[in-house]
Order: sequence, then C-alpha cells, then structure tokens
Amino acid sequence: MSIATVFEIVLAAVVLGLALWTIAVRETYSATVGFVAYGLLVSLIWVRLDAVDVALTEAAIGGGLGGVVLLGAAARLRATETTTAESRMVRLGAAILSAATAAALAVAILLLPDPAPTLAPAAVANASATSLANPVTNVLMAFRGMDTMLEKVVLLLAIVGVWSLASDQAWGGRPGPRHEADPNGVLAFLARLLPPAGIVIGIYILWTGADHPGGAFQGGAVLASMWLLVIMAGLADTPAASSRPLRLVLIAGPGLFLLVGLGGLCFGSAFLAYPIAFAKPLILGVEIAMLLTIAATLALLLAGAPERSMQR
Amino acid sequence: MSFAGDIVTIVSVSAGAFFFLAGTVGLLRFPDTLTRLHALTKADTLGLGFVVLGLLPQAASLRDGLKLISIWLLALLAGATVSQLIARSARQSGSVR
Repeated sequence: MSIATVFEIVLAAVVLGLALWTIAVRETYSATVGFVAYGLLVSLIWVRLDAVDVALTEAAIGGGLGGVVLLGAAARLRATETTTAESRMVRLGAAILSAATAAALAVAILLLPDPAPTLAPAAVANASATSLANPVTNVLMAFRGMDTMLEKVVLLLAIVGVWSLASDQAWGGRPGPRHEADPNGVLAFLARLLPPAGIVIGIYILWTGADHPGGAFQGGAVLASMWLLVIMAGLADTPAASSRPLRLVLIAGPGLFLLVGLGGLCFGSAFLAYPIAFAKPLILGVEIAMLLTIAATLALLLAGAPERSMQR
Repeated sequence: MSFAGDIVTIVSVSAGAFFFLAGTVGLLRFPDTLTRLHALTKADTLGLGFVVLGLLPQAASLRDGLKLISIWLLALLAGATVSQLIARSARQSGSVR
C-alpha cells in the first residue's frame, strides 16, 4: 500500500468522523465549526481527485464564506437555543427521514452504470472551439453555458430573498450593522494592507481560469472577502440596497450573459452560441461582468438584510 | 544538485511537520486561550515556513517558487493578525486575566 493510499484512507476516515460529529454535536456553534473544517477537508479530497477547480470553490464557499454565514446564524440563534431535547417522536421521525435519504442516495450511487457515462472526452476534443485550455471553464462558459447563466440568476434571487427580510423602515437601507473598529488597530491595519494583494489575486484567479484551475466564482469569492474585510474594519460602509450603481453591478453578470446568449440567437446558430472568432473575448467579457456580480452578491449575502434606514 | 535539493526537502518538510505536531500538542494541552494561541501561531509560522522552504527546491520554475513564498507571507500576515484579534476578544470577554 503506497503512502498516497494510506493518506487517502486517513483523509476519508477523518472526513466521515467529522461529518458524524457535526451531526451529533448539540451546540449550533460547535456544529458550525465542525462543518467549516469538514469543508476544508473535502476540498483536499477534491484535490486528490484532480478536480482542483471544485476544490477551490469548496474551500472558498464551503469552508470560507458559507462558514461565515453559518457562524452569523449560530450567533443569532444562541439566545433561543434550548438545552432540552425534542420529543422522542420528533427525533425518531428526523432519524428515519435522514436514514432514508442516505439509503436512497447510496442505492442510486450503487445503481450507476460502471464505467459511468461521460462527456469528458467530447469536452476535451472540442476544446479548440473556444481557444480556452481549461476544460472546466469550457464546460461552464460554453458547452453548458445555460446552467452557469441560470446559476447567476439564482444568486440574484438569493440576494432578493435576503433583502426581503428587512423591516419596512429599513427597506432600501444599508445592510448589516455599522462596524466600529479601532482605526489604529490590528483589524484596520490588515484591512488596509491585504486588499491590494487580494484584489490582484482575485483578478489573477479569473484570468488564469482560461487555461488553469480558477475562474469567476473563485476569484469573486476572494474579492468578496476583501470587501467584507474593509467593511468589518469600519473603513467603509455597505452600500444602500436602493443604490442604483449597486443594483447595476448585481445584474451585470446574468444580464450580459443573457445579452450574449440572445446575440447568439440573432447572429449565430442557437441561444448562447458564440461565433467561433469572438468566442474568447465574449467569454472573457461575460466572466469579468460575472466576477463583479459574484463578488458583490456574496459579500451582500453575508452582510445580511438592510437594517438601517436611509437617514442614518 | 537534485540530490542536495531532495535532502533539503526531506529535512525541511520533516522539521515543518515536527512544528505542526508540537503546535497541535500545545493547542490540546496548554491551559488557557493565550498559551494555546501561542502554540498555534508558532506551528503556523514556523511549520509552514519550513514546509515552504522544503518545497522550494522542488518548484518547477522561479514563478512557482515565488508563489510558494507569497502563500507563506500571506499565511504569516493572516495568522499574526487573527491571533491578535482572538487574544484581544478573549481578554475583553474576561476569560483570561
């Protein structure tokens, strides 16, 4: 047994143990911490499977921004958390439902044909059509561009959902509390020092996504965390939800994607069909718009519902 | 050249692994928040530093080497800042004297 196999077995065992612990532990806060560690370890598994694009996304969303959302939720729930257990019937029902779901998933995986049907060779064979060397970006932006466009629409719906939680007085106001931090403190220092490097890294991840693992989502997550850092250090405030420039940024990604898709309908062969000669510049343009949209959406999802009315 | 590079890699990565192990033991065994933070940040900075140093001879190009070093510098910055913030909030909440 090679060292790599031993490492993989240990990794799988730790991930399974951590998953069980996350389910079994009582406090929401501990479960959240377990879930963040779980996300980071799962991204290691994706690296072992040579799916570096997925690993980057899992680390950024599952381990990073998703963890922050859950930590915020856990902090809000702490006051209402009860130490008394639910009734036996509720717990039994939840256990049966969870076990049935897990069993159904296990059966579905066992019933998959072996080898699984795959479009990977076709995706690699047609890579020259877009002059992008990263097959994942090819699939996301060209071969299955429709899915990616709808995914961005879902992000938009998510932010509409979060904003809908605002009270009537705060509607259209600034999301989240106003963060106050020592202007000469450590956090403000980091918020001044890190974003220049972070912005370069975010744009680099987008740019390198054409030929290597990376892309708009991973780069957008880095940009979002830089923006949140500046907001949390009190150096900047969240923009009002009613701000027109902000709303333009939020619809830029899906809007441009839709526009390019309709252009394909008019000038090309089908919806979202890129003319071969302009495939790369078009994809790059859509990705840049998506980078801005994703960064703004993720940061605002974390900032939460508008809490302060326009006057304050 | 490659043999010497391999020696450097093995020695440095082993040293890095030792510091990670020591830091983890410290995190589990030390009595309060500040001493645990002390153990943890030493593991991060020294352990990761040795691992990066060990990987440098294996880097395919100068660019890869510079990327490794910048990862270490970013981790240093994040680790130092976050440990300060955790220590401050621990002191303010009164869990350490």
